[in-house]
Amino acid sequence: MDAAQHEDVSKHMGKYYVVFVALLCLTAITVGVSYLHLTRPLAITVALAIACIKAGMVAAVFMHLISERKVIYAVLILTALFFIVLLALPNLTTFEHHSGMPGT
Amino acid sequence: MSETVIPYVVKPHPVTGIPNGKFGIWLFLASEVMLFGALFSSYVLIRTGMPHWPPEGGLASEVLNVPLATLNTAVLITSSITMVLAWASCKMGKLPRFRLWMGATIGLAFAFLVIKYFEYTHKFELGHFPSHDNFYAIYFTLTGLHGLHVIGGIIVNSYLVGPGTKMWATDPEHFTNRVENAGLYWHFVDLVWIFLFPSLYLL
Repeated sequence: MDAAQHEDVSKHMGKYYVVFVALLCLTAITVGVSYLHLTRPLAITVALAIACIKAGMVAAVFMHLISERKVIYAVLILTALFFIVLLALPNLTTFEHHSGMPGT
Repeated sequence: MSETVIPYVVKPHPVTGIPNGKFGIWLFLASEVMLFGALFSSYVLIRTGMPHWPPEGGLASEVLNVPLATLNTAVLITSSITMVLAWASCKMGKLPRFRLWMGATIGLAFAFLVIKYFEYTHKFELGHFPSHDNFYAIYFTLTGLHGLHVIGGIIVNSYLVGPGTKMWATDPEHFTNRVENAGLYWHFVDLVWIFLFPSLYLL
């Protein structure tokens, strides 16, 4: 390992600790908010928004996505598209059910 | 007989710009997103089709153990940073520190499973098995599959801190790449839990 690599890694150590503390704080906030007994849509929005922020921090900093190659981004964009279709499937089936389309 | 050498384990592949192992692990993680995505989608479908969730009444946060799950979330987050520190130690050429941080990661993974064991056994004592209702079927399927991933991580990380460390003497860069790839997988396991925890326990 050369000296440049040493310096490069040690430069990022502070960032890792900041993300670690932020993740713990956001976990506490998620649990705290759940005790407020918000309305269902608001509770889902808040909980998933915090989860997305946490996931974003883990992916960007711990998984180094913030400085990753284009090919990884391409793979992830494609994955995200398919993931959205997967999550939309329940809605699509409900739609077919209500509209009485053939085959339902 | 000449030795077969797998190309681009250390040097970036000219097409992708990254070593093959790293590209491979990202493709694997993409398939994992679809696996958990399918189950998550099923959860949404089943839940929205039920008049009440959990079916027996009450709230998920009252039926499941939120304090233990919160503790487990903290345990997994901590194991993520110890994993990063293990990789960073390799990058800085400090093998003893790598051993320390990787050992901590494995220890925390075991702690996660022990806490999960207490959660599961309490549910079983109450007669709440996966067959009890849709709520417990979803709960055990998602947390069970996630638990299997934790076990997978323990096996890979144990290999790296055990017999796999031999590679450090001959090819430290390749070894560091392996640790990085194991780390990517481990952070993904943490990432899945970040979504499972609020979805199953709090909402």
